[in-house]
Amino acid sequence: MHLVIIGNGITGLTCAQTVRHLRPEARITLVSDESAHHYARTALMYVYMGHLRLQDIKPYEDWYWPENCLELVQATASSLDTARREVHLGTGAVLTYDKLLLATGSVGRVVDWPGQELRGVQGLYGLPDLASMERDTRHIRQAVVVGGGLIGIELAEMLRSRGIAVTLLVRDAHYWGSVLPPEEARLVNRQLELHQVDVRYATELREILGDAEGRVRGVVTGTGEEIACEWVGLATGVRPNATLAAAAGIETDRGILVDELLQTSAPEVYAAGDCAQHRQPGVGEVPIEQLWYTGRMQGETVAHTLSGQPTAYRRGVWFNSAKFFDLEYQTYGRVPAAPEPGLESFYWESFVGAQAVRIAFDAAPPYAVRGFNSMGVRLRHDTCAAWLSAQTPVREVVEQLGAANFDPEFFPQYEEQFVAAFRERFPDVGVGPLRRRKGLLSRLLAR
Amino acid sequence: MASAAPASSLSLTQTPPDTDWPERLWLTFVALGLLALAAAGLTTAPEAGYTVFWVGLALLSLGTVGWSRYKYGQRPAGVHQNYLWWRGSTSRGAVAWLTGVLLTGFYVVLYWWPEYLTHLIRPLEGLSQTLRRKPADQWFLYGTFYSLAVLLMGARAGYKYRHSPYHLVRTASVVFFQLGFAWLLPGLLLALQKPEFYFSYFWPLKYDYLFPGTVEYLVRDGQALGVFMVFWGAVLSLVATPVLTYFFGKRWYCSWVCGCGGLAETAGDPYRHLSDKSRAAWRLEVRLIYPILGLIVLVTVLLWLAASGRVPALQPAAEGLGRFYGFAIGSVFSGVIGVGFYPILGNRVWCRFGCPMAAYLGLLQKHFSRFRISTNGGQCISCGNCSNVCEMGIDVKQYAQRGEPIIRASCVGCGMCSTACPRGVLNLENGPREGRYQASPLIHADSLRILG
Repeated sequence: MHLVIIGNGITGLTCAQTVRHLRPEARITLVSDESAHHYARTALMYVYMGHLRLQDIKPYEDWYWPENCLELVQATASSLDTARREVHLGTGAVLTYDKLLLATGSVGRVVDWPGQELRGVQGLYGLPDLASMERDTRHIRQAVVVGGGLIGIELAEMLRSRGIAVTLLVRDAHYWGSVLPPEEARLVNRQLELHQVDVRYATELREILGDAEGRVRGVVTGTGEEIACEWVGLATGVRPNATLAAAAGIETDRGILVDELLQTSAPEVYAAGDCAQHRQPGVGEVPIEQLWYTGRMQGETVAHTLSGQPTAYRRGVWFNSAKFFDLEYQTYGRVPAAPEPGLESFYWESFVGAQAVRIAFDAAPPYAVRGFNSMGVRLRHDTCAAWLSAQTPVREVVEQLGAANFDPEFFPQYEEQFVAAFRERFPDVGVGPLRRRKGLLSRLLAR
Repeated sequence: MASAAPASSLSLTQTPPDTDWPERLWLTFVALGLLALAAAGLTTAPEAGYTVFWVGLALLSLGTVGWSRYKYGQRPAGVHQNYLWWRGSTSRGAVAWLTGVLLTGFYVVLYWWPEYLTHLIRPLEGLSQTLRRKPADQWFLYGTFYSLAVLLMGARAGYKYRHSPYHLVRTASVVFFQLGFAWLLPGLLLALQKPEFYFSYFWPLKYDYLFPGTVEYLVRDGQALGVFMVFWGAVLSLVATPVLTYFFGKRWYCSWVCGCGGLAETAGDPYRHLSDKSRAAWRLEVRLIYPILGLIVLVTVLLWLAASGRVPALQPAAEGLGRFYGFAIGSVFSGVIGVGFYPILGNRVWCRFGCPMAAYLGLLQKHFSRFRISTNGGQCISCGNCSNVCEMGIDVKQYAQRGEPIIRASCVGCGMCSTACPRGVLNLENGPREGRYQASPLIHADSLRILG
């Protein structure tokens, strides 16, 4: 079997590795125009800030590919012929496949703003973006970042590391309004203040202004305010890169349409990761998932199907994490950004405001746990996922909270305070005193 | 679309922004202090040299602590590795090479031409007499400078990692053991006319502590205390080490107690990312460190055999081998290369490639310990910050991105991978031995080989 994978991001890579494991004899070719080797897109910001070098964000050394018989082709896949099972490359070469995986990822989503083509206006998705950001932000003093999400705050952190003044335009009334409840967003806002980011909430971009040379010189906000700047970062999300598939006549909508086996409308052609759009997403799941983790999981799932073990994609318990400047964030399960009928949530914040934990649970007995948010606190993924999939009553979760503590040794333990505050707020849920503290001794005693 | 070409040129063009004036001022103090010490060492007027020496030390100390406070103590607490790979001083630039040459040169002079250090030793005469009731010598100078480096750069670590109680406690521990157990206590023992003894160093790192010659000398000169010293050394090497390593891993020694580790964790901290993470380096590591452990075990056994008088012909061979070990491993490897090459090869070259104690602790940690670094489910994003800060050159992300716990003989448990991880994925834990290698069920390891 010759498996051709278009895209060497986390999805394509995970699929290649899994197929190599399941079908040692398969011929596997990875095609990418962006880089010769797989690299961690998540780490681009660290290269800009000088924490890492470009070679440090390659998760595998170069010997890894030939030793595991993974063929790498750096070229643009310019067209597909699904009838003849061929991939035509920009170099003129043609690859014939038995099975094809499209893992073409995303492209930046922009709202046709006037002036977005100016020099010094860009998003951050791949290596070419990093190169242009490096070139265009050198020696500048003032930048504007548009977008109150993960990439927006990353861009702000990158620019601040070089002492560049940043104005962050956030459409919602608080940071990441579609995901974070206001209390968590307030902690993020404190980070923005500490790191001297000028953040403008409830503010949209109207227009980008250029100078005579075609370089950006400022932006105009929705209220008509003009902000002078030398660089503009657009971080308003990404959309699936379905161009290649659409041109080949494969069914697409916003993304490449796939069934639960991640098959597209063309025979032996599959799609996974950011570029795929699920025709029938699972209950509570979205049709397009654009995360590192979901890309990895989809790559692994499709690899089983490609290896002759048809496996439906089941995302499992949702999780995600991020770091907002110095504040770590983790989430497990479902924590809505705004109150929802039938769902209660309890938020606890330490006195100094550096730590916060929120637990969402059913408002009616047996008060099954639904989700966790943590800020400045590390929670144990396996433990939280087990509680969530078992729909454990929140009483048990709160009393056993120490079992989920993943903070390093000697860090202040917050569980006692959390439990006391929870009991006061929800006396009817029947939470008793903390039964499980962090650590080995506690685990042994609990047996 | 652009290819890798524009991106690869990135690394060539990056330069850190200019240092601001307060930082320049503090660094000027450091530089003036070093210059004053150099002047004091090379002076032809010894009396004036004393003043210059102490002024130099004061400037160096003030400059280092002031710079650390300015650079790390004022900004929000957190991991801020900005420009780490662009500054010449921390990325093998001219400043790094100069530092390396100076450090290496100091060791060479210290070991083989101590007479050139006379003007640096003399000013310490008063201190040495007060503490040890003995004249200052090059080893007192070395111990004093070494302890001062651990103390001052320990203060830097305190500011830099002030958001992490683990690092604060651990840094306090290495400073305490260096100052108390490796500087004050041996000095006091001398003052009391007892054998000089370091209670924080054991065989096989301090290899001669279990040599028949040292044992005989301690028992003879130290009497009851000497017997206790021999007993202490043997118990720590052969009983306490396996027991403590079983419960806490190798870290109880390597990054909490050991003087070499103490220097690496404090003075060497700016260079930790320079360790080579490649598979080739790992292969070299296992080919050096275990034979060195074997060699020192062999030398010790041969010396005891010879001392027993049963095989008299062994004596010259065993002693020759012991001298060779002392020169090649004890002096050249641990000192000249181990510390002198900090700015080029990273801060744990000796610990990783040469130290027989680390090899011994590593075998215990890998096979008879509860210690592991746990990976938090499927949260790893393969960013590589963990591998970058690993001073032992472990490619930590290889484990983290597979959801596997990290159980490596070389890991000294400094905890920096856990600190640097932007997703809270790594945690140092002393868990139960059952299921120690169990990967997270939330991610499936690809099980393709990464070492071997």
